Amino acid sequence: MTIRIAAETPWYDLFSRGARDWLRHNEKVRDAVKDTLPELLSNSDLMTGSGSRTVAVPVKFLEHARLRLAESQVQQGAGQGRGEPGDVLQPGREEGGEQGQAGGTGDGEIRFVVELKLDEIVDWLWEELKLPELKPKRTATIDQAEYVREGWDKRGARSRLDRRRTMKEAVKRHAIQGNSAAPVNEEPISLVNDDLRFRQLVRRPSPATSAAVIFALDVSGSMDEAQRRLAKQFFFFALQGIRRQYAKVETVFLAHAAQAWEFDESQFFQASSSGGTVTSSVARLALEVMEKRYDPARYNVYFFYASDGENAAEDRDEARTTLAQIAELVNYSGYCETGGVATFRPRDTQLAEIFAELKGSGLAVGTSHLASQDDVWNAIREFFTEQSKE
Amino acid sequence: MTELEGYAEGIDALARRLGMDYYPVDFEMAPASLMTEIAVYGLPVRMPHWSFGVRYIHQLVRQSMGHSKIFEVMFPGDPCRAFLMDGNSVAENALVTAHVLGHADFSKNNQLFARFHAMAGGNIVETAAAHAHRIQLAIEAHGVERVESVLDAALALEAHIDVGGELHRARYPEFVAQKAQPVDTAFQSRFKQLPGTEEPVAQKSGQVRAPVPPHPEYDLLWFIANYAPELEQWERDIFLMVRTESFYFYPVFACQIMNEGWASYWHARLLREADFLPQPLYLSAIKAHSDVVRPFASGQQTALAINPYHLGFTIWERIVEKHGIERAREVRRDEDDFGFIRNWLDEGLAKEAGLFVYETRPGDEIRVASKDINAIREAILGPKFNFGSPRVAARELKHDGTLTLAHDHASDGRGLDVTRAKRVLDYVHRVWRRPVKLATTNERNEAVELAA
Repeated sequence: MTIRIAAETPWYDLFSRGARDWLRHNEKVRDAVKDTLPELLSNSDLMTGSGSRTVAVPVKFLEHARLRLAESQVQQGAGQGRGEPGDVLQPGREEGGEQGQAGGTGDGEIRFVVELKLDEIVDWLWEELKLPELKPKRTATIDQAEYVREGWDKRGARSRLDRRRTMKEAVKRHAIQGNSAAPVNEEPISLVNDDLRFRQLVRRPSPATSAAVIFALDVSGSMDEAQRRLAKQFFFFALQGIRRQYAKVETVFLAHAAQAWEFDESQFFQASSSGGTVTSSVARLALEVMEKRYDPARYNVYFFYASDGENAAEDRDEARTTLAQIAELVNYSGYCETGGVATFRPRDTQLAEIFAELKGSGLAVGTSHLASQDDVWNAIREFFTEQSKE
Repeated sequence: MTELEGYAEGIDALARRLGMDYYPVDFEMAPASLMTEIAVYGLPVRMPHWSFGVRYIHQLVRQSMGHSKIFEVMFPGDPCRAFLMDGNSVAENALVTAHVLGHADFSKNNQLFARFHAMAGGNIVETAAAHAHRIQLAIEAHGVERVESVLDAALALEAHIDVGGELHRARYPEFVAQKAQPVDTAFQSRFKQLPGTEEPVAQKSGQVRAPVPPHPEYDLLWFIANYAPELEQWERDIFLMVRTESFYFYPVFACQIMNEGWASYWHARLLREADFLPQPLYLSAIKAHSDVVRPFASGQQTALAINPYHLGFTIWERIVEKHGIERAREVRRDEDDFGFIRNWLDEGLAKEAGLFVYETRPGDEIRVASKDINAIREAILGPKFNFGSPRVAARELKHDGTLTLAHDHASDGRGLDVTRAKRVLDYVHRVWRRPVKLATTNERNEAVELAA
């Protein structure tokens, strides 16, 4: 009989199989989280803000399922110690008390949190959906003159003295004058006026790099909670995609029923009204906002509109005119119709017809239908592929 | 020679003198990290699967909370392989050495262990490492996702082997002899006498194609490996590897109380009779012994679990005391935990040990329910029945490849946990690649059929 003590570092010191399998588990958890991402993200008000925020997702351990008997009401086990039949070993929880807080049952109660960066999520989505980058409007290159640095000069204001460049010039001059044999680090190099270099600024027009996104939502009685949630998810991801492209993105939230109002983001999705649906009201408001704050000549404007498509019949012409006006001004206008399943619809809704018409006339318009979670991705894909084709 | 090696040789010689019979044991010092992994995987090198990662974290948490301390692990075979923890004191490791010899004696002589040894050979550690290597090669060849989905299914059905059956089995016979013509009844013989056309004589082919499976098949791993319509060779290989390891784990599982008790009986006896051990070392070893062989954590009065070391130890001491060591050796040879508890845990012993049956009711109230000896025995053995799993058999393989599984809800007393069963069915479906069905009952005792 021998007792062996390994002379060299044994293999098991170099490699932990437990850790390897744990990492694999975590990878699977991340995948699982990604699958439910849209659901998770639509739950909080994430739309404004810089995008550096993280989303902490509490997750359970994945369970490798086994065949097991269903739990019975009364579970039995064998125990050991003092006790006569009828003795209470552990009192039951109070009715209505804190459930599940009872200190845990040893195992199965450990939870952990996966932290995901919002930017990473969006990057991941873009890769996953194989979406192209957006193109800014070509005509939006006009004004916005800006000073940019360009070149150096021997004269200029003190504040623009480029010390590094000046020193370089001095060293060059010394070298040319044949003093380079002297140990450089002992003798400080003297400067003369000729060595001075100043940075120059030039006025240049630069392309507009800011975008404005106008979200318009139908909040009339016919839009239910689920439809609004889908619209919100679509808006969220559309905004994230636009943020990837532009340095500065501003948002406008408009809601309408028979008339239209502007909201801030926090109230936007809570807004509801029992009135009828008059689309032209929100279209006019959007035009007004563009005129006052986001001139389409200076901004890349995107217009997204979500509705169930049922507009008041008498508003038809007015809606078409105003929506066409918007479509001509903005980079892109997207229309999402919510509710129902597209294929079971007997006919196109009024708004779907209008947008199809606008699209037919060569304007940058996209339409899509949101009936379920998956449609959000299709709509996003559709919108970004269309846009980059322009 | 180290101090421990000296003691180990002395203990070895003493054990032989006392009539213990075992294959040689290879001891190895291992760090705590390896001991943790063995506790998780059950073997020092085993196939990778994400579910082990979850158990690993749970084990680390338990250890960090002080709920679990690992002293030794031992793998039966020829030679046996044992790991000692290098962080343990010499006294603890002397105790562990003696304990391991108890296991070695048990596993050479117990019929369940001996049967596995005869079927698979005595080198499970190497066998499992070779499995792990083959699975690694499969991962390189086919990608981790595909291998994982095979392991998801195979490991989920880990316990579904036929523990009484053979490790190496042939496929079912393709044909069976045709059944004999039914004997004519009085009615039929009179019917034949009626005038009219001759009855067509049944053709005597002699053999007919046998149905698959010919009887309900409980060895699901074997059945899937052999009869899945579109299984690749390497996938089949994985199923059979998991199955071999399950055959190894079964005796360990089904004899846990006996085996730990036997090893505890012997380490106590060997240390007591080892006059060459210095007194202080003996005292600390005996202290370690009483920490292991005690019914509940210090400072507590009751435990909602049975410590197999304590229960087994108590029963063995009683058997040796009443019937002598030779009778004890027969019991060690013939029984598993079912026979051991039912035949040897009597009323007096249960009373002395303070065993009881408890019930957990909705709301988590826990009460002592009974001290009846039969109830106690069944409460101890219930979780061990059928390798700790519901009885599920393959019932039918249709021509289109549809597999029908059926759960013996009558003998198990209630139906399956439907959510989990559905997920297991999904795992199986991914390798079976044809429809898979499972019949069981729901909580209202109505028949339900799950499908994937």
